[in-house]
Amino acid sequence: MTPDILAALEQAKRDKRPIVLATRLPSGEQQLLPDPSAPDDLNAAAQRALDRDESGTVKLGDTDWFLHAYNPPLRLIVVGAVHVAQALVPFAVPCGFSVIIVDPRRSFASDERFPGVEISTDWPDEAMDKFAPDSRTAVVTLTHDPKLDDPALDRALHSQAFYIGALGSRRTHAARLGRLRELGHGDDALSRIQGPVGLNIEAVTAPEIALSIMAEIVGVRRNAPLPPKAKL
Amino acid sequence: MNPIDVDDVLATAAAWRAAGEQVAVATVTETWGSSPRPAGSQMAVTKSGRMAGSVSGGCIEGAVADAAMKTIDSGTPQLLDFGVSNERAWEVGLACGGKVKVFVERLS
Repeated sequence: MTPDILAALEQAKRDKRPIVLATRLPSGEQQLLPDPSAPDDLNAAAQRALDRDESGTVKLGDTDWFLHAYNPPLRLIVVGAVHVAQALVPFAVPCGFSVIIVDPRRSFASDERFPGVEISTDWPDEAMDKFAPDSRTAVVTLTHDPKLDDPALDRALHSQAFYIGALGSRRTHAARLGRLRELGHGDDALSRIQGPVGLNIEAVTAPEIALSIMAEIVGVRRNAPLPPKAKL
Repeated sequence: MNPIDVDDVLATAAAWRAAGEQVAVATVTETWGSSPRPAGSQMAVTKSGRMAGSVSGGCIEGAVADAAMKTIDSGTPQLLDFGVSNERAWEVGLACGGKVKVFVERLS
């Protein structure tokens, strides 16, 4: 790999720009994609690798290309700068998530409680509009307060977020679904919300709850066959 | 907070290179069967013997490191094929029954 290619690749990662490193096999000539001067079929294959978030070898004509897909980090938007949120950060970061904490209550959403984490003290619906969850974003609400959780869930349901989870007991969750139904969300939409949030591992402490949430996020992202939630 | 990407072997390799080490990077380019690490998994090796990342569950890293030393010296990339290991202990392969191809290149 040449220094130029390495520098351009590292720059794209810093800019959070999706990029593909194409290597011709076995000779090892390399180029970065997309590139207007590259053949259409190579650019198209690179785009497919990014869309699927999967690197691999493709044969185009007589040439084998290894396409190494580099997507920007996944994102985890956590509404509620509560104790479980503090415990969630150290699980989410090594799993490849860039974490954003949303909570208008400044005493909760402080740098001291979340060192180095991006914090928004906007109202959750405004914060969600600003961060615009996409198909590489997970949203978790943890406040227990409908005034904060509901607007975030409403916005999340209107987005392509791949995971939506809401902390709360079965009874709390049933009441929450009732309120979201009144906002016009149907059963299909509401079934996107994982509630009670997390895999059922009988979690008790904040780190245990955070572990169960993170495990569920990974399971949904990897299409694992997760057990159905207990009936409301 | 930006994720600590434990898979960002290339960043580690680049840092080693910037610090004056001679570095090769090995990348899984294709897998068949139950190989433990997906295509794109990487391992970096320095001439001085530092290693980061992985291309299997530990089965072929030694052989890949040996190949990496050759590529560091020659500058010529290699495409390595690893199949299923059999009973003969001296044969390098994957006990899990998978097969992988690994591309080894020098950071110039």
